[in-house]
Amino acid sequence: MPTGLFHSTYKDDEKIFQAIWLKCWMGGLLLFLFVGLPFIAPALSGIFGFSVQHMANMIGIYIIGAHGLNLLTGFTGQISLGHGAFMGVGAYTSAILFMKAGWPFWLSLPAAGLVTAGVGMIFGVPSLRLRGLYLAIATMAAQFIIGYAMRNWTSLTGGSGGLNVDRPSFLGFALDTDLHYYYLILVLAIVSTVFLKNLLRTRTGRAMVAVRDRYLSAEIMGVNLFKYRLLAFGISSFYVGVAGGLFAHYNLVVSDEHFTMWLSIQYLAMVIIGGLGHVLGGIFGTIFMVLLPEVLRIPTQILSNIYPNIFAIFGTLRELVFGLVIILFLIFEPDGLAARWHTIRAYWKLWPFSY
Amino acid sequence: MAQLEVQDLHLSFGGLTALNGVSLAVDPGEIFAIIGPNGAGKTCILNCICRFYHPDKGKILFEDRDVTQLASHKVAGLGIARTFQNIELFRGMTVLDNIKLGAHVHLRSGFLSGGFYWGKARKEEVKLRREIEERIIDLLEIQAIRKKIVGTLPYGLQKRVELARALAMQPKILLLDEPMAGMNLEETEDMARFILDINEERKVAIVLIEHDMGVVMDISDRVSVLDFGTKIAEGPPEEIQHNEYVINAYLGGSDAAFSKLGF
Repeated sequence: MPTGLFHSTYKDDEKIFQAIWLKCWMGGLLLFLFVGLPFIAPALSGIFGFSVQHMANMIGIYIIGAHGLNLLTGFTGQISLGHGAFMGVGAYTSAILFMKAGWPFWLSLPAAGLVTAGVGMIFGVPSLRLRGLYLAIATMAAQFIIGYAMRNWTSLTGGSGGLNVDRPSFLGFALDTDLHYYYLILVLAIVSTVFLKNLLRTRTGRAMVAVRDRYLSAEIMGVNLFKYRLLAFGISSFYVGVAGGLFAHYNLVVSDEHFTMWLSIQYLAMVIIGGLGHVLGGIFGTIFMVLLPEVLRIPTQILSNIYPNIFAIFGTLRELVFGLVIILFLIFEPDGLAARWHTIRAYWKLWPFSY
Repeated sequence: MAQLEVQDLHLSFGGLTALNGVSLAVDPGEIFAIIGPNGAGKTCILNCICRFYHPDKGKILFEDRDVTQLASHKVAGLGIARTFQNIELFRGMTVLDNIKLGAHVHLRSGFLSGGFYWGKARKEEVKLRREIEERIIDLLEIQAIRKKIVGTLPYGLQKRVELARALAMQPKILLLDEPMAGMNLEETEDMARFILDINEERKVAIVLIEHDMGVVMDISDRVSVLDFGTKIAEGPPEEIQHNEYVINAYLGGSDAAFSKLGF
């Protein structure tokens, strides 16, 4: 059992994982994600009745996007209802560059991020003046404008029929199966998490959190509010744009129906349920939001087999329970799953002398 | 030569005149106190210096440079730091992060090197940590709370953290807006000691707004008295204590007034 930390250099005290057992846990988790999960995924799929590998891929993609929104909303304090559309910008950019312009995948994916960052920053300009609900409405405009462009700019986006996209290859390695694609997503999700964590413990991230907590005194400390608000929009949109690019090549078809207001709200739900302002929040919230509907499907299916003639009712019941669980979570854990995680960890740290 | 000079400052909000031609000059290395009843315009002067308020007329010179038209966030780079009357800390951040943010203008790393924690950012962070620990946390005796979230700390300690954050800006002049407000005797004495230490060791000029006359008369080199947006007296503490105008206009010529001025 750990009894305390004794650092002899400031460098040690600045590390993320300060204790050896934490590093061991992280190593174990990485080993599981890289080797264990792909290995047991087929067996689990058989038990649960849905493709676990596919779920893992979707979670990975959405974690990247949720990190992006968490940086903007959780850490910089600026709400956005346009992230669903920004993800669409990333998806279309990568798809068009890859399919029509013939760019290689390793170029089209970062390009998707950069283009989305640019678009996000344009729609982030009102953030200098607007805050809270007003900014939410202003970013909602992005959702409608971009959605309209996706539907009607037929020559570029293929209109409401959408675009077909091929699975890419990366450095000569064909990413044609879910498993191959899983490794790409996993690496990018880990990189995005580490980048976010590092950003927040250095100059830029600190300034962003300061802008969230008290923007007036941040200005006194020499923080250029406009620069950091815009930068937060840029980095956040980059994240969600990369997520969009990954989604396009994974889903094999992009259309405007994937990137509606509903997706923006789902992103917001992910970071709120996971925990605004916690790096772990994006991860926990995404897992929760993606897995819960699938898990709820299991009892509905069993019940439908027993009472086949009231199948439709169970379908609605599932949606109802989904909504109810979210409401109950917000009531009993308003700081999100990440806060609950910290409470549990603090409890076990002192166990069995936790009084 | 004065380090900070306020020349004929006028400020009004609609029909309400907050400052009516105030001039001050703070010399390098001195402790300059501004006193006056509530609403006299003391904080308004600081807000003009920090560019929160735009004076209708008048000039503010820092080291002979006109700062009246500067953007708010650029004032920090000149070496002007301040604390606030109502604590304005970043409540969700740790004490250490709050202090680190004070050094924002002295750091150079961008978001890319920060995000990858590579090269410049890493070196800068470790160096910054050492400086903060050795120059600020030790001085202000806040070692025990360095990793606490600021919002959970008691009031007296928050005031101290705010001073620490201002110090991290490596200021040439420090504007303190009621640093002792709401403190008990012991905390007030600690704070006065810190202010004197900072003033002597770092040669930082200090502008002090404070209602605790005992402290003001004890530690300041010069005192300026404001009333209704005009300066009614200025001079060394002994002189102010005996100034007829001050006793009458600001404190009311009663016996209670004499005791307030530290007799």
